[in-house]
Amino acid sequence: MVIKLKEQAAKPERLAPGHRFCAGCAEPIIIRQILNAIDEPVVVGAATGCTEIATSMYPYTAWNVPWIHNAFENVSTTIAGAEAMYRVLVRRGKIPERNIRFIAIGGDGATYDIGLQWLSGALERGHRFIYICLNNEAYMNTGIQRSSATPMGAHTTTSPAGTVIPGKMQWRKPLTEIITAHRIPYVAQAAPSHWRDLMEKARKAAAADGPSFINVFSDCNRGWRHGTETAIEVTRLAVETCYWPLFEVENGVWKLNYKPREKKPVEEWLKTQGRFQHLFQPQFKHVIAEIQARVDEEWEGLLKKCEA
Amino acid sequence: MALEGAHASAQAMRQINPDVVAAYPITPQTAVVQTFSQYVADGEVDTEFIAVESEHAAMSACIGAAAAGGRVMTATSANGLALMWEELYIAASLRLPIVMTVVNRALSAPLNIHCDHSDSMGARDAGWIQLYSETGQEAYDNTIQAMRIAEHPDLLLPVMVMQDGFITGHAVELVEVADDTAVREFIGTYTPKYSLLDIDHPITFGAWDLWDYYFEHKRQQTDALSKAMKVIVDVGQEFGKTFGRTYGIFDPYAMDDAELAIIVLSSTAGTARTVVRELRKKGLKIGLLKLRVFRPFPAQELVAALKDVKAVAVLDRSISFGAMEGAGPVFLEVCAALFAAGAAQKVVNYIYGLGGRDVLPEYIERVASDLREIAETGKVKTLVNYLGLRE
Ligand SMILES: Cc1ncc(C[n+]2csc(CCOP(=O)(O)OP(=O)(O)O)c2C)c(N)n1
Repeated sequence: MVIKLKEQAAKPERLAPGHRFCAGCAEPIIIRQILNAIDEPVVVGAATGCTEIATSMYPYTAWNVPWIHNAFENVSTTIAGAEAMYRVLVRRGKIPERNIRFIAIGGDGATYDIGLQWLSGALERGHRFIYICLNNEAYMNTGIQRSSATPMGAHTTTSPAGTVIPGKMQWRKPLTEIITAHRIPYVAQAAPSHWRDLMEKARKAAAADGPSFINVFSDCNRGWRHGTETAIEVTRLAVETCYWPLFEVENGVWKLNYKPREKKPVEEWLKTQGRFQHLFQPQFKHVIAEIQARVDEEWEGLLKKCEA
Repeated sequence: MALEGAHASAQAMRQINPDVVAAYPITPQTAVVQTFSQYVADGEVDTEFIAVESEHAAMSACIGAAAAGGRVMTATSANGLALMWEELYIAASLRLPIVMTVVNRALSAPLNIHCDHSDSMGARDAGWIQLYSETGQEAYDNTIQAMRIAEHPDLLLPVMVMQDGFITGHAVELVEVADDTAVREFIGTYTPKYSLLDIDHPITFGAWDLWDYYFEHKRQQTDALSKAMKVIVDVGQEFGKTFGRTYGIFDPYAMDDAELAIIVLSSTAGTARTVVRELRKKGLKIGLLKLRVFRPFPAQELVAALKDVKAVAVLDRSISFGAMEGAGPVFLEVCAALFAAGAAQKVVNYIYGLGGRDVLPEYIERVASDLREIAETGKVKTLVNYLGLRE
């Protein structure tokens, strides 16, 4: 079904205005794009982190749908428990079948790091739920600390750039591939700059008869150090430089969703953000070359996987 | 039926036939999960059984499931309970009526799989109701009552039902298993007040508070716990009417004219009762209080039960490290209750049975003779003592 912007805009909001996200944050944009794309009723869970803090300060809530927060690491398992309860209550005739979709939302810290075991367990058990990773590449809620999703060379408060160390020393964890190795029905990588692609992916994830996972690139102007009005531009550049490729793996079949007409140098993307500023000093310039080499290598690898 | 204690718990779970069980194996609780999975495999229950990857995940799934508005149970021991710590608090604070069997076992290190109460005592401040069982029969009875207590509309609090690892957990005894339909009638049906699955009336579970509401929420939680004692007693009475075994806050033995009293939890009560019976024959005015409810702590009830006693010995199967003279948690609570009530009894503490160390009748005899001396002299020589320790 084609996604028409006009129709989508007319739908009732599931994440209401009045939340407390920072100005220019990509997270509420992404959440609205996803919840808008899914037509079925939803039950949403969120891990501890920016999303949770911005939407659920008692006595207010920004959620027009049933919503639960449990802890930092276990949103996958919490939603899996709710999904199991739904199945058994329908089976026992205690509640009517309503075609509910269960959605778990976690930041990159909650997903790549502390929550990986819980997520892996829930995927292995095959609960029918959609896991959305809002990947802003650091622990933003606690003040911009490095996570295993933080890119090499980025300055964070626990991988600071100094006179001898150029920010984070390690490459990011290949989480989307790790999730793919679980052989769940649907895995994708997306970005809010390519909203139609993201919304289509949300629909596919909702249709999957089993677990599904979408890793969404989620600009954080506070942590990435840029203006509050450029989230979508910066995100688009990440896609255009192939730093954040858009792809999906549907029942084991890899598909590239977007191939830039001209692959831009990653430097163009790095330039847009204060967290990489130090890399442009002469003594750290080599890091930019390393990042470029790694992006190229991963891009080539992805092209091969998607060709087959 | 001749049943091991762990199987008695599993039988109760079978009859309750909860909507969701999420669990992970750990000795000595393993028998509970295994038995229950077999019930699922044989279609004896139609529970949604989630064999998770850790205890933290077990309680996480239980929380999600309970928030979705159905009956939820789990079981664990020792390190498993310790791994659940974060989630224990969340389950209680979200007011989710989850029932959990705990087969008591020592906490590491050193690694030890045998019984003591360091695991459940470590969880004592998490906001759960705690019931301790002397026998497999009591573990079975308490589990059934726990469902009713947890779901009581005034409470909506999770309940832990303890039994002693291996000592009752793996010991075969005769357990009277009630009729399935009688159990089902006793526990009735559960209609949640709020549910995540009520998509027409969306609700937010697990919001966050600043200093402006957190305090009031904690106050509400402690208020709810303070209502638990009445519910526990009511349910225990009703259970007695239906099944012939009545339960209260504690079980007094030979307490009517007792001048000396021993307070103890779980299986050791059996040994202590035998010794008390023998000493009574010899004319010693000694009695036994088997504490069933440790959370909430029945301070007033205990003070009343001990009012005519001169000296009290509290037996603890765990240590509250760093507490006054390294005393045990039950002792500290009893002292606090008596002091606050202005009572004048002498109180003495005995740490025993750590890591599964046997409890011999002669140890209890020693406690009794110490108590007699304390009553006579009005002096407690050593506040915290050890039974069966090589020194
Ligand atoms: C067990 C535990 N450890 C640490 C924390 C503190 N904490 C809360 S949110 C957070 C970081 C969240 O980062 P991420 O998941 O990337 O989400 P973001 O806020 O960036 O959207 C941390 C470290 C916690 N709540 N629980």
